[in-house]
Amino acid sequence: MLWDFRKNGRDYIYRIVEKKRLAPDIVRIEVEAPLVARKAISGQFVIIRLKEGGERIPLTISGSDPEKGLITIIFQEIGKTTIELGRMEKGESILNLVGPLGKPAELKNFGTVVCVGGGVGIAPILYRVKALKSVGNRVISIIGARNKDLLILHNEMKEVSDELHIATDDGTLGRKGFVTDVLDEVLAENRVDLIIAIGPVVMMRAVTGVGSAHGVRTVVSLNPIMVDGTGMCGSCRVTVGEKVRFACVDGPEFDGEFVDFDELLQRNRRYLKEEAASLMVMRAGRCTCFEETGCE
Amino acid sequence: MKKQDVSRRIKNFEEVALGLDETEAVLEAKRCLECQRPWCVRGCPVGVDIPRFIRAIRDGRFEDGIRIIWEKNSLPAVCGRVCPHEVQCEGVCSLARGCSKFMTAKGRARVEAFLEQFNLTQKRRRPVSIGALERFLADYAAEHGITPYTAGSDMKGKGKVALVGSGPASLAAAGELVRRGYHATIFEALHAPGGVLRYGIPNFRLPEEIIEREIRQLKDMGVEFRQDVVIGRTLTVDELLSDFDAVFIGSGAGAPVLMGIEGENLNGVYSANEFLTRVNLMEAYRFPETDTPINIGKRVVTIGGGNVAMDSARVALRLGAEESIILYRRRREEMPARREEIENAEEEGVEFKFLTTPTRYIGDDEGCVRAVECIRMEPGEVDDSGRQRPVPVAGSEFTIEADTVIVAIGQRPNPLIPTTTQGLETGKIRNIIADESGRTSIKGVFAGGDATTGAATVILAMGAGVRAARAIAEYIEGCKD
Repeated sequence: MLWDFRKNGRDYIYRIVEKKRLAPDIVRIEVEAPLVARKAISGQFVIIRLKEGGERIPLTISGSDPEKGLITIIFQEIGKTTIELGRMEKGESILNLVGPLGKPAELKNFGTVVCVGGGVGIAPILYRVKALKSVGNRVISIIGARNKDLLILHNEMKEVSDELHIATDDGTLGRKGFVTDVLDEVLAENRVDLIIAIGPVVMMRAVTGVGSAHGVRTVVSLNPIMVDGTGMCGSCRVTVGEKVRFACVDGPEFDGEFVDFDELLQRNRRYLKEEAASLMVMRAGRCTCFEETGCE
Repeated sequence: MKKQDVSRRIKNFEEVALGLDETEAVLEAKRCLECQRPWCVRGCPVGVDIPRFIRAIRDGRFEDGIRIIWEKNSLPAVCGRVCPHEVQCEGVCSLARGCSKFMTAKGRARVEAFLEQFNLTQKRRRPVSIGALERFLADYAAEHGITPYTAGSDMKGKGKVALVGSGPASLAAAGELVRRGYHATIFEALHAPGGVLRYGIPNFRLPEEIIEREIRQLKDMGVEFRQDVVIGRTLTVDELLSDFDAVFIGSGAGAPVLMGIEGENLNGVYSANEFLTRVNLMEAYRFPETDTPINIGKRVVTIGGGNVAMDSARVALRLGAEESIILYRRRREEMPARREEIENAEEEGVEFKFLTTPTRYIGDDEGCVRAVECIRMEPGEVDDSGRQRPVPVAGSEFTIEADTVIVAIGQRPNPLIPTTTQGLETGKIRNIIADESGRTSIKGVFAGGDATTGAATVILAMGAGVRAARAIAEYIEGCKD
């Protein structure tokens, strides 16, 4: 039966079977999630909840193995939940994991595609490059990070791409500068049919700008704050071409040209204070606002 | 019914209505006139034999009483709390004047004469508190470890049914199916079962423990629950059909409706669904003990006049808002919320501005909402719902300062299943088209509740679930021939 996955008498244990640190704050895990692995396509994401009382956060799927029933997640330790996930070891289980959510990417032979990945966004870009290659595209990849130590997966990227360009802010690896500098040159020298950009919002906005200047369509993968991930709450609403869309069900990928990036940046700041408080409590082991406010 | 003191309750999420004790329940039961043709039963969407369970309470046979309810309703603790009794069973109770529109002139005269004979005052003419009695029996059963009929494992060989969503429609359908000897497996997208009962209705109206208790009873009866499965994504309806004899879709009306006015995406403007989900399902009121945050300012403005608006405005107070204001575009008497909930909101200090609607939201430099620009409305022509459609009064714009806005103007069925299921016919609001028995355009696929009707009530969804379960049983038997 399709839906009946039981192990050790329990259903749906989302066990971490592999764990590897790719950069000081970037971790790759492989998780047992057979139902998700069967269906996952590049562009989609999962929502996880680590424990009782935990929050639900979206994480992009960076690979899947339907045969083994495994999915790959590569994440940056940036908030409380991702830091806690980074502390989990091989053999431990995530309490809840649901997916694959969001629309699968459009996979067809576009011709020449430029894939731009920044920071932890390189992980889903690698997944996309593989998918695009398998349907016959020529793929030029551009990846970037602040420095060499933070740049992940460049060997794997080199292996699967027809061409790979690297940019680091400090020039410790590849070209010194931003991915957009490289993109500008690549677009000037090549006939490109499509750009895919996954990374920080400001990077995706800049890539879209460069793409537009060269008349090339850019697809971006948005990362707004979500709760349920099934179109129920509207937390992830974004404005795309004057229309309000829910990134969880209408996206997460949209035509960058029409995305209101400023609004996305603003909406992603909704819980900055609370996120900081959450981290502080985690590190202190108790609520530290006690002294000021008398809160217990 | 006794309620938690206002000054205390606006600081906690504990249940507001405290329920009846045994003496109070028996006294209330004695008020029943035991009509020969009981209107209350007709007023109940699932047809509970109300006079019979009231008689059982009167005689102190509480276990008999709960078993009578269970014959027709598998979630009495929930229905006793959230059903709009005043427009159903209690609305047609002969003791209440509300019966008049359903009665013949002769019948009405008889009731009038009866009431006068006993010199009943207006106050005593209130209907029997059927909802309170139903709740009393359900809580009595839980306290005394009385559980519904449990199906033996050998009973469940008749067929397998998958149910999509774990809200009232699926819960009622699953209960009916296992009672009839079928395997029932419920698939839920979220991490906890209960659907709208869990993510939508706040604890102070329907405590989490009550939902858990009713679900535990269903599990004991043999219903299987699978959470973290989104039908339409993780699995499709077609895949379910290959594993199960029939599929019931009870996916509810979970998609929020927004107004599409300027500033709706400012920080601090919530859909009621997001606001309530964060608080109810994710327990944001315990942040930072729990991990999900919520922002609440000093002044919270809620848009809408239904139960969801009442819930949102009352949750806001409990989260520490100093002022909680509801804007409703029609008049007070046209609010679709339950009377009891409107009264509770008023008691707790929620302010109402009627015949008022927002026209845009005004933000600050940080992109946070700071004010709501509103316009006065006046009743216009009568619309399809029989109410006067409110129309804006030109030039009557004014602004209200606000730190948080909650948009509670309605919910629609989630389009995920219709858009991923070929051949499933849908209506205007992408509601699944189903007949009285829940049959859809696909053979073997049934649907009921808010997924077919758009946002309605818990009990109507349960009624639809039970009817669909019967049709599913018939369908599976038919396939065997």
